[in-house]
Amino acid sequence: MKRLKNLLFLLAAVPVLAFASVAGIHLDKAPVNLADQESLQRGARTFVNYCLNCHSAASMRYSRLQDLGLSEDQIKDNLLFAAEKPGETMKVGMTKTDAKVWFGATPPDLSVIARSRGADWLYTYLRSFYRDDSRPTGWNNTVFDKVGMPHVMWGLQGELAPVMKKEGEHEVVERLELAKPGSVTLAEYDAMVGDLVNYLVWMGEPAQLQRKQLGLIVLAFLAVFFVVAYYLKKEFWKDIH
Amino acid sequence: MSALQKVMDWVDDRFPLTATYKAHLSEYYAPKNFNFWYFFGSLALLVLVIQIVTGIFLTMNYKPDSELAFASVEYIMRDVDWGWLIRYMHSTGASMFFVVVYLHMFRGLMYGSYRKPRELIWIFGVLIYLALMAEAFLGYLLPWGQMSFWGAQVIVNLFAAVPFIGNDLSIWIRGDYVISDATLNRFFAFHVIALPLVLIALVAVHLVALHEVGSNNPDGVEIKKNKDPVTHIPLDGIPFHPYYTVKDIVGVIVFLMVFSAILFFAPEMGGYFLEANNFIPADPLKTPQHIAPLWYFTPFYAILRAVPPMFGSQFPGVVAMGMSIVLMFFLPWLDRSKVKSIRYRGPIYKIMLALFIVSFIGLGYLGLLPSTPLLTIAAQVFSVIYFLFFLLMPWYTSIDKTKPEPERVTG
Repeated sequence: MKRLKNLLFLLAAVPVLAFASVAGIHLDKAPVNLADQESLQRGARTFVNYCLNCHSAASMRYSRLQDLGLSEDQIKDNLLFAAEKPGETMKVGMTKTDAKVWFGATPPDLSVIARSRGADWLYTYLRSFYRDDSRPTGWNNTVFDKVGMPHVMWGLQGELAPVMKKEGEHEVVERLELAKPGSVTLAEYDAMVGDLVNYLVWMGEPAQLQRKQLGLIVLAFLAVFFVVAYYLKKEFWKDIH
Repeated sequence: MSALQKVMDWVDDRFPLTATYKAHLSEYYAPKNFNFWYFFGSLALLVLVIQIVTGIFLTMNYKPDSELAFASVEYIMRDVDWGWLIRYMHSTGASMFFVVVYLHMFRGLMYGSYRKPRELIWIFGVLIYLALMAEAFLGYLLPWGQMSFWGAQVIVNLFAAVPFIGNDLSIWIRGDYVISDATLNRFFAFHVIALPLVLIALVAVHLVALHEVGSNNPDGVEIKKNKDPVTHIPLDGIPFHPYYTVKDIVGVIVFLMVFSAILFFAPEMGGYFLEANNFIPADPLKTPQHIAPLWYFTPFYAILRAVPPMFGSQFPGVVAMGMSIVLMFFLPWLDRSKVKSIRYRGPIYKIMLALFIVSFIGLGYLGLLPSTPLLTIAAQVFSVIYFLFFLLMPWYTSIDKTKPEPERVTG
């Protein structure tokens, strides 16, 4: 049980090392706008077509997409590939054991990925895959080095190649360049990823628009209540000196 | 005699309803000069009620099972009607509980509310604070996210640092060699039954003791010394109800506005109330890059890390952390000043209290950051000041030049 005793020292040392490696990555600002329903709908379509083959979103029900202005029939006809009924959650057929063998790690569930990773990280990550023949999938990522996930949307974005520079003894990626164009332009691809990240942020907490709306009503009520309570207190206290 | 009066008489013959109402509300005389700092006691009680009521409703859908816990929280957030509201009230309430309790304790330090004859009120209060920390720590494991798991791992391992029995002790606490389903189940039991009972009982005795001796006030003078010769009511006292009930309602509304602003517009509070890493399910095989406890524990975490290991053991740090709270119990006897309130104290106490507050906040900030050699030195300086505030108190409070206390409370 010496291991348990030593854990504290380890835990104290780990953050220092980790911080040093994370600090350098520059993240682009994700164009998140939850009021833009069309963007959220486009994001949902991209999500179901590209992400939902390997990643689940096991807390998210298809029927909740009605909050984005889609009808139940629209959901059934266009988005329901991996489930029978709209009331089901977004699960995937791939088993965890298979996933581990194929990718080296189980693809994480994406229900709350925007809440753990943050929108900017996702937006940058999905646009930062590059060709790297040393990797089993042939892909690497500047935001997530040696990532197990291949570039699923390479047919759209095309292939990016790294431009290397020397930093001390190591070769590091300075920037990425388009080596082989995809079916859409880079600007169109960025917009598409923007919509997808917008959707992921919404899916992280589908109640968030309702939450903010209700918040305004609650604060307005409390403001009125405050005025009443303030004058009530003043009235009671007028004889105390 | 009215029908209502008849019912009241019938009850009063069997239970002291009217007498209790009078003793604690309509004829409990509180000093008339309470200021802003006196809102936080009633607000702490309000938050306790919020936590208990929202906790009951969360329990209806939460599953204390390591396979299901994380998903059941998301189920509450999405599929349970108003579940997101109840959950955010509970998570915001946890942090706001500590906000109001810290302000309440600071009030006690400023006006000497722990001094004779209120030593037991203070001691019960410190016990409430300890129970609250335990309650918060146990509850934080329940969402079963990465921070839940690894935070619990770090804290339970503190017990492993105890010489000789440490390892057995930590296994006994976890019920397993690692944080596991067994740990989750027992933490759930303690969080929803054992500690709430302890908290409610302690709050009850805290209030009974308070109403026995009467409230202190910003002047730190006893209002019971000057009573009306006929009615025996303190001249500077006013009935708690209606005066302080109507006043506290104003405080409650302002507090609820702050509470709602956080709950509805920033429930994560930038990662301080809900951490990003806790939206990743617990994974015993993957240690997060940076483990920090929630903000209300960080001052003590910083003290723990500030003490270097001795003889290859982290135990001295654990002892220092424990002592930082144990010292609070002795406060009533450490303070030798002739006066209670900061209004009549000399400059030394004011400087020491200011240094103490700066150190406490400084330690809280450092506890959030990964430790570096430079930050560790800063934490050591703050820790020394923290301890000197208590340990030197008998000396600096007795040499401090105080001003004379007034006979009656001032405005």
